[in-house]
Amino acid sequence: MAAMLRATALRARPTARMLTARRSLSTLLIAEHDGKTLNPATLSALTAATEIGKPVTVLVGGENAKDAATAAASAAGVSSVVLLENAALAHGLPETWAPVVVAMQKEGGFTHVVAASSSFSKGVLPRVAALLDVAQISDVLQVKDENTFVRPIYAGNALSTVQSHDEIKVMTIRPTAFEKAAAEGGSASVTEGTVEVVAAKDVAWLSEEVKKSDRPELASAKTVISGGRGLKSAENFAMLDSIALKLNAAVGASRAAVDSGMCANDMQVGQTGKVVAPDLYIAVGISGAIQHLAGMKDSKTIVAINKDPEAPIFQVADYGVVDDLFKAVPELESRLEQK
Amino acid sequence: MRVLVGVKRVIDYAVKIRVRPDKKAVETANVKMSMNPFDEIAMEEAVRLKEKKSATEVVAVSIGPTAAQEQLRTALAMGADRAVHVVTDDELVPLSVAKVLAALVAKEQPKMVLLGKQAIDDDSNQTGQMLAALLGWPQGTFASELQVASESELRVTREIDGGLETLRMSLPAVVTTDLRLNEPRYATLPNIMKAKKKKLDKLSLADLGVSLRSHLTTLHVDEPPKRGAGIKVDSVETLVDKLKNEAKVI
Repeated sequence: MAAMLRATALRARPTARMLTARRSLSTLLIAEHDGKTLNPATLSALTAATEIGKPVTVLVGGENAKDAATAAASAAGVSSVVLLENAALAHGLPETWAPVVVAMQKEGGFTHVVAASSSFSKGVLPRVAALLDVAQISDVLQVKDENTFVRPIYAGNALSTVQSHDEIKVMTIRPTAFEKAAAEGGSASVTEGTVEVVAAKDVAWLSEEVKKSDRPELASAKTVISGGRGLKSAENFAMLDSIALKLNAAVGASRAAVDSGMCANDMQVGQTGKVVAPDLYIAVGISGAIQHLAGMKDSKTIVAINKDPEAPIFQVADYGVVDDLFKAVPELESRLEQK
Repeated sequence: MRVLVGVKRVIDYAVKIRVRPDKKAVETANVKMSMNPFDEIAMEEAVRLKEKKSATEVVAVSIGPTAAQEQLRTALAMGADRAVHVVTDDELVPLSVAKVLAALVAKEQPKMVLLGKQAIDDDSNQTGQMLAALLGWPQGTFASELQVASESELRVTREIDGGLETLRMSLPAVVTTDLRLNEPRYATLPNIMKAKKKKLDKLSLADLGVSLRSHLTTLHVDEPPKRGAGIKVDSVETLVDKLKNEAKVI
């Protein structure tokens, strides 16, 4: 198939075309930020972007995003930053964002359009791809070359190596699969974007309920402690908070814990929740269903505390403790105190 | 209003998948297949909209091999009024599926298309967004709550990274379902029997006049790297000691 495609390309226009394509690689990275700094996930996507094709242009859009644009300009590997200050971009509505990204791509002739996988990019990028009439490649884990990428399928139980035949590659990057680029060391210029931003008329943002927490963010925390069905109640689930505080860890959850109301749904780790790959993942009272493992099995060290010795979580755990969690968790907490 | 619901036939979520020896794909022969779980949620929501009189007709659609009829019969048993099966043996990327769905939308004229947020086989999470883009419709992705406010307005609460957000959008619109939107019902035996009599139209890609092209080639499919065997420790004391001195993570 690949050979056939190459033949088609050659017939269409001889080798010069391929050389030109190679020379003019350029990547547009859509940044996510809090107005001040880039999200850690965007820094990971930046690493992927630099592996794909330099120069990398970062698009920073939103309201009061000037500081974020300055931060993007000092990130290592960034060639230029385009700032689009516009209130219509503030809540990340894909209906407004997608035409803007498409216009940016057309203006800059970017060969690759990328962003870190997030609820924002999952909304915007497929829309961008459809408007450009190209496929999207979701959750890229590895960049083989400018056309070839590895991505997970079947909840991470298989890895698919895909080659794109599209002129423009649109893709989301799984942040946990790439090291974060250094936030300092770059010296890119910031320019004001020239593409027109038209606020979508058919959709309006009404409200949000975002949980504020002083704990590290789940997706980028170095340590994560997660609870499952075994904790039985929201009160018991809160037990994990004090350990998390001692370990400076984020608290995650299995779907069972979320569905039974023990914790908020944005804490869910798994195929349909967040994908984490911390240095240490402690699974408490989690059996280890395929869908949960999809979200944490790339953690460096996995610890499982479960009273069922047959629980599938023990197949991926580096260290397992077969014990009643109501006994083991308080003991773990007190032993952490003594260190 | 008419609601179109997309239904994909996928390997059952509980099956432990195996990569084929030729490494071209995952083994699907003699493997239990089911309706994609997110599509069941979409189907359930559509039926609830009908029960609330917000929807007048629910049409289930599937694009795939002949066997995908089983999943359409399940959708009919859950409460869809009729089904449309676009028969193809090709593996379609989400953009191609979105193009076929867009052609069906032109034919069926629904006010809402309900899809699952992602298929649990390719895990793309793209089709709904792409369909909305092709139609120029607004999208309510990862919906955990859906309210039809009027003939022309929808309120969608979405699951986002930090929590929830609520959007107002005009109809027609595309909505994709998250896990917490509802608890899908089981098809009862009488409904399964009734579903056999419901209308199931078969179409080909040519009937719909869509032309698709190849965007991606799967070069190979591999098993993910295996983790080294772990150990079971006999006490929390040993665990803390190992974490400190062996793994050096605390």
